[in-house]
Amino acid sequence: MSEATQPRVPHETGVPDPFLFMHPTLKKNYANWDWHERLRPGVLHHMSKTGESIFTVRAGTQRQMDVYTIRKLCDIADEFADGHFRFTTRSNIEFMVADRNKIDPLTEKLTSEGFPVGGTGNSVSMISHTQGWLHCDIPGTDASGVVKSLMDMMYEEFIKEEMPNRVRITTSCCQVNCGGQGDIAINVQYTKPPKIDHDLVANVCERPAVVARCPVAAIRPAIVNGKPSLEIDEKKCICCGACYPPCPPMQINGNDSTKLAVWVGGKHSNARSKPTFHKLVVANLPNNPPHWPEVEAVVKKILYAYKDNARDWERMGEWIDRIGWPKFFEITDLAFTKHHLDDWTGARHNMNSSTHIRF
Amino acid sequence: MPKSNGSANGNGASSSNNNKGKAKQHATPILDKLEGGPWPSFVTGLKRLRDSQGKQYAPMMNDLLGQLEHSYEEKLGFWKGGVVSVYGYGGGIIPRFSQVAEKFPESKEFHTLRVMPPAGFHYDTKIMRQLCDIWEEHGSGLIAFHGQTGNIMFQGATTENTQKAFDALNEIGFDLGGAGPCLRTGMSCVGAARCEMSNFDEQRALRDIINEYLDEMHRPAMPYKFKFKFSGCPNDCVNAVQRADFAVIGTWRDDMKVNQDEVKAYVEKVGRKYMIDSVITNCPTRALSLNDDNTLEVDNGSCVRCMHCLNVMPKALSPGDDKGATILIGGKRSLKVGDLMGTVIVPFFKLQNDEDYEKLVVFAGEVMEFFSDNALEHERIGETMDRIGLPAFLEAMGIDPDPNMVKHPRTSSYVRTDDFTEEAEKYFERKKHKKAKETEVTAAAE
Repeated sequence: MSEATQPRVPHETGVPDPFLFMHPTLKKNYANWDWHERLRPGVLHHMSKTGESIFTVRAGTQRQMDVYTIRKLCDIADEFADGHFRFTTRSNIEFMVADRNKIDPLTEKLTSEGFPVGGTGNSVSMISHTQGWLHCDIPGTDASGVVKSLMDMMYEEFIKEEMPNRVRITTSCCQVNCGGQGDIAINVQYTKPPKIDHDLVANVCERPAVVARCPVAAIRPAIVNGKPSLEIDEKKCICCGACYPPCPPMQINGNDSTKLAVWVGGKHSNARSKPTFHKLVVANLPNNPPHWPEVEAVVKKILYAYKDNARDWERMGEWIDRIGWPKFFEITDLAFTKHHLDDWTGARHNMNSSTHIRF
Repeated sequence: MPKSNGSANGNGASSSNNNKGKAKQHATPILDKLEGGPWPSFVTGLKRLRDSQGKQYAPMMNDLLGQLEHSYEEKLGFWKGGVVSVYGYGGGIIPRFSQVAEKFPESKEFHTLRVMPPAGFHYDTKIMRQLCDIWEEHGSGLIAFHGQTGNIMFQGATTENTQKAFDALNEIGFDLGGAGPCLRTGMSCVGAARCEMSNFDEQRALRDIINEYLDEMHRPAMPYKFKFKFSGCPNDCVNAVQRADFAVIGTWRDDMKVNQDEVKAYVEKVGRKYMIDSVITNCPTRALSLNDDNTLEVDNGSCVRCMHCLNVMPKALSPGDDKGATILIGGKRSLKVGDLMGTVIVPFFKLQNDEDYEKLVVFAGEVMEFFSDNALEHERIGETMDRIGLPAFLEAMGIDPDPNMVKHPRTSSYVRTDDFTEEAEKYFERKKHKKAKETEVTAAAE
């Protein structure tokens, strides 16, 4: 018999038990919290029904972290924060302390180590984003770079709570939109049909699956240069990129044709208004690393128009609902074009079928 | 025996070091510009790994930075997928092979392990240091907390080291998440661990469901992905309604709790005008009224549990005691029919005792089974529901229609209604039973 090593049989243990790692005060008061207050930007105070307090200090991270950064955060937790932390869904880190006196030294330490304290309440929190050029197989841009540039620009808005309501921004490197819905969303928007490498299609792609993937039935089988391949009806193609993941020879990205679009008014909370999807505002912005200045300028314009004009507690979309889209485009000095008119399934539901018009 | 962290010839990757056979450090003039500014820089982190002399990952991270710089120059990505897995699993690894490996050979394989975090993303420093040590030994030293679906993303292992990294992570209690057409990693908010708005045990619901159906995650055999997300209240901090095939969002059935002294204190602080403009008139169903003595009147029958007034006055207002969740099914992003939000399928799912959670697990299994049996390839359940219509979906699930499922009844007359009378009788029959059951419960309580 050969000496082949027996593979290790895995333990399919599933989702780890959080109580093994949770801060003891959280564990003790699990499901028994009474109220909370925000002491200052980045600092939360939760009171349990037994009268016990826990203080949370929230800080921004770069999300893609090297082990040195993570160990530094561990050192900070060990020295200043009872040896525990958690992450928010937006990759902010939260240190919990039971002793109020630990808040200041912890905050000072985080700030001095370059982790901005904030992201709570009516602030601009960290941008939720995806992998980009660093790791994804279909990216049109590098979300990490866009996010770094934008967070540098909005740093003050992260460490302060001066917005009308919370601002949730997302970034996505393709139209799959892994970053998700946001008050402002910065997403790749392709502008040209895919370029097909006909020599590779037959070997790499399952052609019927690719044909089926197209949302507008613009792809059909074809023989090109004597080889089985695919062809695209470029008049029908909406340049969504859906065919690219199952068939990489259908290259959707181009260094000039991959553009960025900015969307506004997405919201997942049910507070006041129902959840909404974000809506297109600007397209065709250049994919311009490392700082994407054209994107930055548009985001800044929209963000500060909202800050200056929205009422307390209005989210981006709710502010626009009140003032109307004409006013939004006027205030932000952005163009309204035929591309803002939805022509997808159900589009008529998005049109104004009333005489409600603001003059 | 001392463990060697260095590669065979012990080379590091710093520019000052000119060992023979050592790759030159790639210049990164574009990426360097992302090191300035006040926000933490991922580029600085990548460089720290590149400059870690003697670490096995240093040459890999040098070439990774080289490839990333190349992407910034060319404005294109250079990774392709492939097939890499670990023993016993059909998914959970995201394979990445470089398309420019001849220029950047050390990072030619740069796979990600998707690993499920503790529910609610809680860590202590001991476990976190162990995760770092494992990834330092077998991987690139680069970890994302967390991916958008909720995994810890251990980014950058060679094909050979993928199994080793998994084995080490698995030994300390971590398991792979989902990738491909399968049950995906779930996500829950901080919930009961630190939030007074929590209406059920989010972390328990997440673990009960995912851990019961791990086979669906680890051996992908579904038509397409299936995601669960758990938010403790309608603020929906994990974005369940837009991102989850199966969204569990906490709510309550009885009256919200009002501490009138705290209401008065709040009105004192902000003034009546602000209270009216920011709280009372922001109520979406006009369920609030401010009394002359600064106390609050709540029309609980009209309240839709939107959370706004509770968010503004968390000391004064709290959820009621009869807690559970609303279940919405079919949320997803654009591919392929366009964005879909979840639709209310269960207006109120009581979640208080063990039996309630067991029922939730069974229901989740039934929905996944329906999806596996009926969805077309690469179709999300929201698209299946659209294709067959909500009446057919409800019939398959054995759920009765409920006006909470709609914004309003149909406006199209193109429907065949010849059994309307029988359906109406069923409705009244159900209503009678429900009433009898409620009377029974009330009588028992008394």
